[in-house]
This record gives sequence, C-alpha cells and structure tokens, in this order.
Amino acid sequence: MAQRRGIDVLVGLFVLVGLAALVFLALKAGNLSGFSIGPTYEVRARFDNVGGLKVRAPVKSAGVVVGRVAAIGFDDRTYQATVTFALEERFRFPTDTSAKILTSGLLGEQYVGLEAGAEEKVLGRGDLIRLTQSAVVLENLIGQFLFDKAAEGGSKP
Amino acid sequence: MLIDALERVGAAVRGRVERVGYGARFFVRLLWLAPAALARPRLVVDQLHFIGNRSLSIITVSGLFVGFVLGLQGYYTLQRYGSAEALGLLVALSLVRELGPVVGALLFAGRAGTSLTAEVGLMKAGEQLSAMEMMAVDPVARVLAPRFVAAVIALPLLAAVFSAVGVIGGWVVGVQLIGVDPGAFWSQMQAGVDVFDDIGNGVIKSVVFGFICAFVALYVGYEARPTPEGVSRATTTGVVAASLAVLGFDFILTALMFGTD
Repeated sequence: MAQRRGIDVLVGLFVLVGLAALVFLALKAGNLSGFSIGPTYEVRARFDNVGGLKVRAPVKSAGVVVGRVAAIGFDDRTYQATVTFALEERFRFPTDTSAKILTSGLLGEQYVGLEAGAEEKVLGRGDLIRLTQSAVVLENLIGQFLFDKAAEGGSKP
Repeated sequence: MLIDALERVGAAVRGRVERVGYGARFFVRLLWLAPAALARPRLVVDQLHFIGNRSLSIITVSGLFVGFVLGLQGYYTLQRYGSAEALGLLVALSLVRELGPVVGALLFAGRAGTSLTAEVGLMKAGEQLSAMEMMAVDPVARVLAPRFVAAVIALPLLAAVFSAVGVIGGWVVGVQLIGVDPGAFWSQMQAGVDVFDDIGNGVIKSVVFGFICAFVALYVGYEARPTPEGVSRATTTGVVAASLAVLGFDFILTALMFGTD
C-alpha cells in the first residue's frame, strides 16, 4: 500500500508539473495576463482603410491599452470598413473622440489610437466614433512622394 | 504469367487495404474502451507513472538544450537585422507552435512508445494475452486501453513542459549570457504569442500526437509476431511509423491551423 501511495504522489507531481508548465506558458509567454478581464462596452468606427489591422489588436489611448478590436467588417453601402472596439467599462471617452490606426514602430503591428475630445457627453454602448483616420498605406505614401517630386521637377525650368 | 502478376498485385493491394481497415477498427476499439479504462484509475495511474514520470527527465533536458540552441541561433540571425529584441518571440513561438509538440512527440515515441510496444509484444509472445482471453478478460480493455489513455494524457503535459523549459533555456542564453534586454524579451513574447491561437493550437497538436504515438505503439506491439525477432522488429517499425506519422500530421495540422490568417 505504501508503494501504491508513492506512485500516486509521483504521478500527481508529474501532472502538476505539466499543468504548471501550461500556466507558465499562458501567463509568462502568452498574452493571457494582458487580457482585460473586467467588463467591456462596444463602440464602432468607420474607416476608409484599416490596412493590416487584426481582430484582438490593442486599442490604446495615450499609449495605454484601454481595449481590444472586437470585430472588423465591411459595409457595402458606404464601402468602408466597420471596426468594433471592446473598451474597458471603467474608461469613458467623450463623443468627439477620434480614432486613428497607427503602427508601433516602422514595421510593427498595427493598433488603434484613441484621442479624447472635449465634449461633456461620453460614448455609450454601440455608439459610433465619427472622427477617424485610416491606416497609412505605404504604397500610397510612396506614390504621393513620387508624384510630388515629379511635379517639383516639372515646375523647374 | 501476366495473370499471375496481376493476381499478386491485386492480393498485395487487398492485403494493404485490409490492414488499414483492421488498424482503423483497432483504433476505434481503443477509443471505445478508453472511458472504461478511466473507470479503473489505478491501472491508468500506474501507466502514467511508467510513461509520464519516466519520460520527464529526457523531455526536460532536451527542452533545455533546444531552448539554448534556439536562443543562440535566433540571436545570430535576428541581430543581423537589428531586431535581437524579438528573440523572445522567436523562441516562444517556435517552441509553442512546433518544437514542443513535435520534438516532444518524437522523443515520446522513442522513450515511451518503444517500451509500450516491447511490453505488449512480449506479453503476446509469452502468451499472457491469450491466457487473459482464456479467462474471459479482454486484453485490449485490460492491457492496452489504460496504456492508451495514459499516453494521451501524458504527451500534452510533456510537450508543455518541453516548451516551458525551452523558453527558460532561451532566456538563459539570450538574456543571461548574451545580454538581450529582459524587458523586451518578455514583452515581445507576450505581445506576439496568443493564448488560444498559438498555445491552444500547440496543445491540440500534442493531443493528436498523443493519440498517434499511443495507437501506433500499441498496435504494432499487439500485432507483433510472437517471437523475439518479431518483437524487436515491431519495436523498430513502431518508432519509425510513429515518427513519420507525427511529422506528416504536423504538416497537415499546421496547414489547417495557421494556414489562413
């Protein structure tokens, strides 16, 4: 019987070590600890171009994560992208808040930046953020640059 | 002459198809008997000790060294592009998505699968399995099913240990020895590794590999010719078949899980 119990303890230890490894991976290597566990509310925004924005990308205000991108859809009446954000319940934003799609670093992942406005009223569940700025598309930027250069060159005698 | 040759080809194909069918039936039978094996936890716990605990050392040591190597190689490659801070992300993603489940399963097939095959094969050669049948005890339910369940439980845990130890190994080499910034190492890792998409899919992979390794090891053992030579051949076949199946399924699973994003 004593030997039996020894084996049970060893197997129990093995299972615990395995589970501890999983928890370590989830908390230390994964982004589980970064999850907002608190309640969230959803607001929407329309963008002309979301670029490489992905679902679950962070929504930041002043550089602090205040929510996540919950869904990205396409509206075929306005031909715009509709992005739904899940913001943490404890953070409230004025109705004239503007949303921008930004890139962390030169080639980093894309995230949404919120810039608070000055209105007294705050955004509620399901409200629409009206002021938006699309993602910067590198090709357009280069095209614009080349166009400007060409125009400059043309104006010179 | 020609008819003879055709007949031989036909018989060979038929034989193969029959073996596939028999194998599939055997797999379903193991699955069917697995819940019944859980009802007798003593047998499963014994096998978990035999399969899991005894594999822990090789898994831990291999994981540590794989982590070391990933840290070194990853650093040399990333540093060329001036992004050594992404080392943590590289180490964690490659371990969690691929190396943990796959290398874990390959080691498992070599360490635990062979002993399962040899044990079952020798039981068959010693006519212990036939003796059980004589006593109206189903050897598949009594001998194979607990081993199957234990292997399916053990492999995901071992793969998780492998990945976790590997991440620590990468940290030791990357941060402690080379001097990558520890904050960037962990934060890049946490920003890039998704709990469900990466860790969850890795766990699903290792569960599938657990089914494969356990099934192959037990099947070839159970079907081994009951001679010393037959058992040794079955052991070899088992490792080779399990390793190839793991690698093949890994490709399919990777394509399914991470293909469209």
